[in-house]
Amino acid sequence: MKREPLIEMNNISKSFPGVLANHNISFRVYPGEIHALLGENGAGKSTLMSILAGLYRPDSGQIKVRGRQVQFRSPRYALESGIGMIYQHFRLVNNFTVAENIVLGAKRRGIINRQEGMEGKVQELSERFGLGVDPAARISNLSLGEQQRVEILKMLYRGCDVLIMDEPTTVLTPREVQDLFKVLRFMADEGRAVVLITHKLHEVMEIADYVTVLRKGEVAGSDRIENLHESDLTHMMVAREIEYGQVNRNTAPGPAVLEIKGLQVRGDLGYLAVKDATLDIRSGEIVSIAGVAGNGQRELVEALAGLRTPAKGSIRMKGRDITDYDIRKRLELGLNMVPEDRLGMGLVPNISVMDNSILRSYYRPEFSRGPFLNYSRIRKYARSLVENYNIYLSDINYPVNFLSGGNLQKLLLGRELDKRPQVIIASYPVRGLDVAAAEAVFQLLLRERDKGTAILLVLEDLDDIFRLSDRVAVMYDGEIRAVLDADTADLNTIGALMLGAAPTGA
Amino acid sequence: MYKVRMVRREHNSMWVEVIVPIMSIILAVAFGWLFLSWSGHDAAATYMRMLNGAIGSKYNLSETVVKAIPLMLAGLAVSLAFRMKLWNIGGEGQLYMGAFAASGIALACGDMSAWLLLPLMLLAGFAAGAIWGGIPGVLRAYWQVNETITTLMLNYVAIFWVSYLVFGPWKDPASMGFPLSARFSLNAYLPVLGTTRVHLGLIIAIIIAVLFYIILNYTRWGYEIRVSGESQEAARYAGINVTRNIILVMLISGGIAGVTGMIEVSGITHRLQQGISPGYGYTGIIVAWLARLNPFAIILVAFLFGALLVGGFGIQTMGISYSIVLILQGAVLFFLLAGEFFRKYRIVLTKGD
Repeated sequence: MKREPLIEMNNISKSFPGVLANHNISFRVYPGEIHALLGENGAGKSTLMSILAGLYRPDSGQIKVRGRQVQFRSPRYALESGIGMIYQHFRLVNNFTVAENIVLGAKRRGIINRQEGMEGKVQELSERFGLGVDPAARISNLSLGEQQRVEILKMLYRGCDVLIMDEPTTVLTPREVQDLFKVLRFMADEGRAVVLITHKLHEVMEIADYVTVLRKGEVAGSDRIENLHESDLTHMMVAREIEYGQVNRNTAPGPAVLEIKGLQVRGDLGYLAVKDATLDIRSGEIVSIAGVAGNGQRELVEALAGLRTPAKGSIRMKGRDITDYDIRKRLELGLNMVPEDRLGMGLVPNISVMDNSILRSYYRPEFSRGPFLNYSRIRKYARSLVENYNIYLSDINYPVNFLSGGNLQKLLLGRELDKRPQVIIASYPVRGLDVAAAEAVFQLLLRERDKGTAILLVLEDLDDIFRLSDRVAVMYDGEIRAVLDADTADLNTIGALMLGAAPTGA
Repeated sequence: MYKVRMVRREHNSMWVEVIVPIMSIILAVAFGWLFLSWSGHDAAATYMRMLNGAIGSKYNLSETVVKAIPLMLAGLAVSLAFRMKLWNIGGEGQLYMGAFAASGIALACGDMSAWLLLPLMLLAGFAAGAIWGGIPGVLRAYWQVNETITTLMLNYVAIFWVSYLVFGPWKDPASMGFPLSARFSLNAYLPVLGTTRVHLGLIIAIIIAVLFYIILNYTRWGYEIRVSGESQEAARYAGINVTRNIILVMLISGGIAGVTGMIEVSGITHRLQQGISPGYGYTGIIVAWLARLNPFAIILVAFLFGALLVGGFGIQTMGISYSIVLILQGAVLFFLLAGEFFRKYRIVLTKGD
């Protein structure tokens, strides 16, 4: 079957100072195709797609749309050629309605915004693609999944026939993922094309027609999905089989280090986000919280770390009531936290790696000389972190923004583990990381557990939960519904609990 | 065919930081040159006069420094708040309050020895400015009230307060109806350099610049400010008391603006009067940004602004209208700000196909 490709990228190269992000990449997308672009972090997926969407310009190579050569000066040019990209962070105006957001920035005639008809057209599109979005709703009232559908609608409204989505399923519940895939399939059946940037193998196997795998800025392989097996893809991505470490559980945990009793915590909007949490975490064990995002995990973790005051209940650490302790007092006791938001909370953007290495210990005597910071010590310390935790970087004086996701996480986790904690609480420690980086993070956590640290993890992937945890606490609607031994629990039970089923035998 | 592309600079060399502003000024002069020629003036003579007016003689140079001192202090004052992303645009009002408090002391304790009186005035100026900056600081820290609005509004309160005083209770009976306070006693005069009007304020400004540099880059508190300015979330996570730091920074920022007011009354006008500042508090904001909040650069940029002001007076005496002076000054500002673009991007010529 000889069809004309919708998109043809030939020998694209793009370098950033110090990095060759794309090297001689050729990439084709045909109409009616869902094309997965797979690769580790830093493999060049986002760069390649940002070039296609007009955000970057390639150093060399050519792009053809429907056989005609194009040069995109900005995303607007790409949009006019029918190429639209949806980023992980949505670009929506929160106080505008759905319809207003969709029309915003789209071409229109005249100066006056013609409100009438706008909502109708949006409604029509929404129904045709089964998106179920109310055009009059305000963005701020929508869930992330709904916001994503608004983004899709926006692209459809502007007449996109190539839709690029960057890690679209990260923010979605499993149910929403299925809905999204249905919409994408429908779009493809209409003759449009979808490019999915992802690093989730099972999604690729489930939805993609065609896969291109990038590795270190080059094409490592591409083929129709029927011709590939999951292990082929893994192999192409990392060029070696991943050794999944033996599941090793700790059968003899020590005494309870962190005891949470009847905890209630309010969310940002004032409602009780955590309604009832009771949980013990023992020395030398990993307890994972399983649950669909938004069921109170974030508020629970923040309350434990000391960033949010509980409305009710108590937190005890090694027998001491720490409910009223602030974050630094808890840190001094050995309660460490690795936040979900790496660059922004865990690490400070625009300041150097060196300055970031002391974010949570800058006040300690070892880094001080009177009111001054002891920079010769700090420099030494930062170097030791970089070395001990295998962080790849060119200069500790450069801002952390230059680091890749995996290296950011290694720096953050390393900094916290280096404090010899008694308790570690980590939220989504492997989110957005490639297989190898995630594995490195897992190994660090397991090693820490074996040292006797009590570890609480919030994870999104059930496979990760089973691999890593000794016990699993299932959270639903602000409550810890059940705490199960990972060895005896099964996937279906946990899945059901996560979706709100009543625990059996309770 | 050549094509022009803009490429974002990843890392700036010292060279770029120096050459871009110099090129900007050269271009501004070229623009002004064309404009002057076109409007029938002798461009060469005008610029010579401007340069001469600003730095041509010892006296002219000293006048430039006189104008630069309040700009240095006002720029330094707001730069500290900007570091924490606190938009203190109330430097002007804080300056007026500082001038008011310092004048109050000078008028009340005129016969005190200068060794006691001047430090007391400095302290009073700082305290009054600090209160004027601290009010928006407290409102912002505890109730998230937007400090841009509150600082701006408080400017008017302070300016009118001073007007009230010099038109009313503090008006000098001997001023023949002019809105002036009585002249201070000599003890309240800041020491000056030789026969010029350059006063001790210059040393104060330089000391503050050095202190800022050291505090921001080498102390724990400076570290807290830098972290809080980049991300409040990270600051909370680090256990930094953000609330306390917002208030503290606004107090100091306002306090230094207050000192600006003190040195103006004590060093230049020697009395409280209306229009004590021709907008130093606002110009200080531009100075701080052009200097990219670097304390030493603020000193240099303030000097440049002083030169523009004083040089402008120089050419007015040639019979060139004030509007043209403003255009020439505006051109320098415009090109300097445009130069910011070239700091962030470089232009690359590529051979098109």
